[in-house]
Amino acid sequence: MSGGLYSMESKDFDTKLDLAKVKPYGDTMNDGKTQMSFTLPVPCGDEAIEAAKQLMKKMGFENPQVVYYKELTKGFTFFNCYGSCTHTVDYTTIHVPKVESNTMDMHQTDEFIKEKIGRKIVVVGASTGTDAHTVGIDAIMNMKGYAGHYGMERYEMIEALNMGAQVLNEDFIAKAIEINADALIVSQTVTQKDVHIKNLTELVEMLEAEGLRDKVILCCGGARITHELAKELGYDAGFGMNTYADDVASYIAQELARRMGK
Amino acid sequence: MEKSKLGLDFKKVAHAKDLAKTISDQVQSFVDCYSTVACERTLCRLVGIDGVDANGVPLPNVVVDFVKDKGMLSNGVLLLLGNAVLHTGCTPCQIAEQMAEGRLDITALPQHGLDKAKEALTPFINSSIEKIKANRQRRENYIATIGEGSRPYLYVIVATGNIYEDVVQAQAAARQGADIIAVIRTTGQSLLDYVPYGATTEGFGGTFATQENFRIMRKALDEVGEEVGRYIRLCNYCSGLCMPEIAVMGALEGLDVMLNDALYGILFRDINMQRTLVDQFFSRVINGFAGVIINTGEDNYLTTADAYEQAHTVLASDLINEQLAFAAGLPEEQMGLGHAFEMTPDLENGFLYELAQAQMIREIFPNAPLKYMPPTKFMTGNIFRGHIQDALFNEIAIWTGQGLQLLGMMTEAIHTPFMSDRYLSIENAKYIFNNMKNIGDDLEFKKDGIMQTRAKQVLDNAIELLEKMTEEGLFTALEKGIFADVKRPRNGGKGLDGVFEKGEHYYNPFIELMKGKGGQR
Repeated sequence: MSGGLYSMESKDFDTKLDLAKVKPYGDTMNDGKTQMSFTLPVPCGDEAIEAAKQLMKKMGFENPQVVYYKELTKGFTFFNCYGSCTHTVDYTTIHVPKVESNTMDMHQTDEFIKEKIGRKIVVVGASTGTDAHTVGIDAIMNMKGYAGHYGMERYEMIEALNMGAQVLNEDFIAKAIEINADALIVSQTVTQKDVHIKNLTELVEMLEAEGLRDKVILCCGGARITHELAKELGYDAGFGMNTYADDVASYIAQELARRMGK
Repeated sequence: MEKSKLGLDFKKVAHAKDLAKTISDQVQSFVDCYSTVACERTLCRLVGIDGVDANGVPLPNVVVDFVKDKGMLSNGVLLLLGNAVLHTGCTPCQIAEQMAEGRLDITALPQHGLDKAKEALTPFINSSIEKIKANRQRRENYIATIGEGSRPYLYVIVATGNIYEDVVQAQAAARQGADIIAVIRTTGQSLLDYVPYGATTEGFGGTFATQENFRIMRKALDEVGEEVGRYIRLCNYCSGLCMPEIAVMGALEGLDVMLNDALYGILFRDINMQRTLVDQFFSRVINGFAGVIINTGEDNYLTTADAYEQAHTVLASDLINEQLAFAAGLPEEQMGLGHAFEMTPDLENGFLYELAQAQMIREIFPNAPLKYMPPTKFMTGNIFRGHIQDALFNEIAIWTGQGLQLLGMMTEAIHTPFMSDRYLSIENAKYIFNNMKNIGDDLEFKKDGIMQTRAKQVLDNAIELLEKMTEEGLFTALEKGIFADVKRPRNGGKGLDGVFEKGEHYYNPFIELMKGKGGQR
């Protein structure tokens, strides 16, 4: 079923890297080689394989290959495939909005806060709405932190309150007012049917209605959150995968200092 | 007892079990004096009350809320219902319907005496008992005729939100080799103080647990079980604010496995500890009688606490959960005590520590169908590495004879499983279970080596923790954040207002009828 161990195709394409026309790299520049797997809701057979190949052509792949297929259950066939991507992107013109702060470690952030803010920063965090997952907010806030990055509870200069999961937006705001929070951080793990978008938007609207939106630093985070999405929804910053307490704490400290004109 | 591979001192194990029993006895002496709105709704269901009113409120809620509002709940709902049956000649369900329409006040009827009220309910009580027995018989017949998969059972989840789509996924998984299908509940259901009604097609990250959904999936699994020649078990979640209600619905619809752990609800759903420990007792009595394997949720501790440092809390909790289950008459063969493969992959010799932990749990609970949970915390989105992490987890399971293998998905932390994820995961497990089938019989552990030393240390730490807990009790331990680094106040959390002290004439005949009288023969 496989295409053989060694590729014998002639390489009749330009093998020089052009950042204005970037495409996937397998083992030769510009070969476009891409690995993919998917399931089609059709019975296993030659027609299924042909359907997979035609689909890959429509997706922009040359020389589509089905290297493995298997009927998962009657009427559903799974494929492992390869193809050479024909599309390119212009890397030189890409601009991605990013959280603009320098990530510092816990001690640096504590020092920064002592020096620039001169008091403890108050941060309240929660996984809001029906979301029952605490894994995200715990990773950022709990004493222990995650993957060797201490959470905000351990920061000397941060007063961190983790409200846990399934916190209603109104309770979250009430608590923020009660403890006079400088920053609100929201974690969203469940993203089926875009439930997180609705919930995050509701929080912004409620803060605006209370006249609080500009008085606090508002951040959201989760595996499916990007800074760009966060900005779109009216947040100051968004933290996605592979970000830790260091990133969030550094940002909050620096943003607060900026707002205080320091 | 079989010789310990880990060189465990079984005198210490016996001591640990004694300590856990002391802790469990303290809890039980509290539980015996209380009931809850959920327990009362369960009793309504057990005398045949089902359905919803014009506003979609389940009839068991209508009845219990009515009696509670009248301030007459302390002796339970059954005596009032029995009296109403006697007085009106209607069935409990008809009485509930009349209450929903505002046509009947069961608290205001002339009293015909307690014994007569009890007697009036007998046919309804017997009918439920017989139905649950018949379901147990049905399962046993299937296992005797078409057979079942070998252990560890391959346990996979479906979570589309739509019960009819779940059926497609579940049948596909069974054909690929799954032995247990768990229908994940929609996010937030654990905090509902009622059980939704009817077939449902909308949910977030899961599907509502309803009696009709149970029925639909049971039928689908029986069909596919007959097709593949293997009984397929159905699992749901007997946790949250409706623990015993879900238990009875599962018992009536022939479910086989139920997540059933008060500690999990206290720690991770902030459910009040008094409420859920009372609910848990009745739900375990029902599960025991129905032949349902319960699963406990210790694995979850390790998603917040460190799996290497806090391994002893998992063992301590398993020991307590075992005693609480015994107190509810649940046989060892139905105790799917939980643990997990959750140490960081960066840990040097982490595999050895995981192997020691799994073997230790196996030896301490030799007759329990242990529920072994896959890596989740350190699944990163690198699906290729994730598949290897799941492979290591499967190796330990076959090596140490785990009972229920909740299969890891390489796409964990990305999305709920695709049909293909489930296939790849089952393929992974079957490959390893076959290829390494008897490794546990052939390999012994080095005396005083890394694994033996580790197991001793974890057992010692667990004993130390249990000793402390016998002094202060489970409630105080939970207040102090002993498990999962989470602290919960005794009077905090959800559902406390649904707890009440049993009155002088409180009546629940099902404890007597069911406790210790079920089980798999």
